[in-house]
Amino acid sequence: MLLKEGQVRIPSGCAVSAVISRDGNLMSGERIVASMKPMHERSNGLGGGFAGYGIYPDMAEFYAFHMFFDDKESKKICETYLKDGFEIVKAEPLPVRKIPAITDEPIIFRYFLSPLRSRIADAQVDEREFVARAVIHINVKIDGAYVVSAGKNMGVFKAVGFPEDVGEFYRLDEYSAYSWTAHGRYPTNTPGWWGGAHPFGLLDYTVVHNGEISSYDANRRYIEAYGYKCTLQTDTEVFTYIADYLLRRRGLTLEETANVIAAPFWSTIERKPPEERERLTYLRNVFSGLLVTGPFSIILGFEGGLMALNDRLKLRSMVVAEKDDRVFIASEEAAIRVLEPDAVNVRAPEGGEPVIVRVKEGRY
Amino acid sequence: MIILNARSTDNAQLNESVRAAKGDCEIVGCIGERFIGAGLSDKTINIKGIPGNALGAYLNGAKIRVDGNAQDAVGDTMNEGEIIVNGNAGDAAGYAMRGGKIYIKGNAGYRAGIHMKEYRGKSPVIIIGGRCGSFLGEYQAGGLIVVLGLHKDGKRIVGNFPCAGMHGGKVLIRGNAEDIIFPDKVSAKRATEEDMSAAKGYIKEFCSVFSIDENEVLSSPFTIVTPDSANPYKRMYVEN
Repeated sequence: MLLKEGQVRIPSGCAVSAVISRDGNLMSGERIVASMKPMHERSNGLGGGFAGYGIYPDMAEFYAFHMFFDDKESKKICETYLKDGFEIVKAEPLPVRKIPAITDEPIIFRYFLSPLRSRIADAQVDEREFVARAVIHINVKIDGAYVVSAGKNMGVFKAVGFPEDVGEFYRLDEYSAYSWTAHGRYPTNTPGWWGGAHPFGLLDYTVVHNGEISSYDANRRYIEAYGYKCTLQTDTEVFTYIADYLLRRRGLTLEETANVIAAPFWSTIERKPPEERERLTYLRNVFSGLLVTGPFSIILGFEGGLMALNDRLKLRSMVVAEKDDRVFIASEEAAIRVLEPDAVNVRAPEGGEPVIVRVKEGRY
Repeated sequence: MIILNARSTDNAQLNESVRAAKGDCEIVGCIGERFIGAGLSDKTINIKGIPGNALGAYLNGAKIRVDGNAQDAVGDTMNEGEIIVNGNAGDAAGYAMRGGKIYIKGNAGYRAGIHMKEYRGKSPVIIIGGRCGSFLGEYQAGGLIVVLGLHKDGKRIVGNFPCAGMHGGKVLIRGNAEDIIFPDKVSAKRATEEDMSAAKGYIKEFCSVFSIDENEVLSSPFTIVTPDSANPYKRMYVEN
């Protein structure tokens, strides 16, 4: 039997790409898919995926759950669970285009959900915590069911295949988003399960990642103490939970989150002005278990923005550029030139230097 | 000059066409094609667009000119020849090169010249016109790296941890490098006339290639970084 992820460890190589409009202008998914083509060699056909923000404007008040099911039975069990805590406003198969390059797909469904007030009150938590707990419950407790994404007005589209083919399969040319992220995967060990492709999502947070987390087990132990459950053993999953924990639950800023994940070396901290030194020392000490070591370049997507970050040694490449209202981030400049041949201010951020892009207030 | 259009081809085909070309080539519409010119010993290759990673890997005497930026690992393990980048280069430029020249007009990323070495008659040279990222010349075992700092964005000429693990070769940094912290196993001091003499020819050639005023560049003091012979990394790795 083919082992699923979580039963076998998968280190990965990969390519990332992203575009965001600071004015909140909507862009078809076609270009982000095209941007992955020059980086084809960075993937090996065992995973590709995209996240789009602003794609469901008519259903923006509901949580959009993109789901994979192994079979009808797991779908039925999951729907029973969902009905207990949510009003299912709409349930439908996620539209796909059958192509020879993408095969063996699970049951792919989309739900628009409204959490029941009474159940939230019972649980004595806020709405987002309620939804996050439901996602973790499904992923851990319901065999054969997997939540691909669970945010409002956004969604993740991922599969086993090359990213160009995954984009075509999910008909991304028919979606428009103010922000897109993309991933091409190169796992060096290959069960190649659909759920193990990137992006990984929890609420509106999504992460695409190129690299390998050396500190995975230390980070996993820390984050699992706060109710998260790493079910896949692919390192990217832990990034998503760290982001959710620090940003949503602890209320850290994006900059602070970057300073925790890619904390500067003590020797670098020593050289900072006193106030900055104190701040960085505090973050390193309090959240020492969330320092992520090993090579990585990640793009964190969230409602209204993106953050790109390299590991502090910068062991993976990342290029940033812009043009008018749009900002581009990719593993290679070539990908950016596909998105915008005339992109300007092309630069490579330093290791541990977050690049944060936000859509103007009221434009998303 | 034979014109090759990268748009209608893939990495392997493009490189095959470059190898098969009887004479110099110009590649147009380049967008991330890898390994261009890998291992070539003859001809000149001009590139329009963005060449992909490992441009001129194992280059063995050919000349490559890029009319724009280059990506990661320019001249990876090159043996001979020259690569001229009329823009910026990504990370690990000149990775493990042991001969030839790489001239980068703009900035270089992290780990420029990592594992660079020299061997018998071969001694590689990298000149970076702007600034470069952290870990410049990491584990350098030979050859010459020059950073000119002609960039205008006000950032430090060299990032953190330059020359970590250096056990051979030379790094020349234009200016006094007073805000740079070097590891204690290397020595950094003001370059003398004698230190500069071997590098001057290359710097003048660099200035001439990119139409930069050589007098202005050379009128500044330089800092020379070499392994500290009293406190070496040398024997930690190999006898050389």
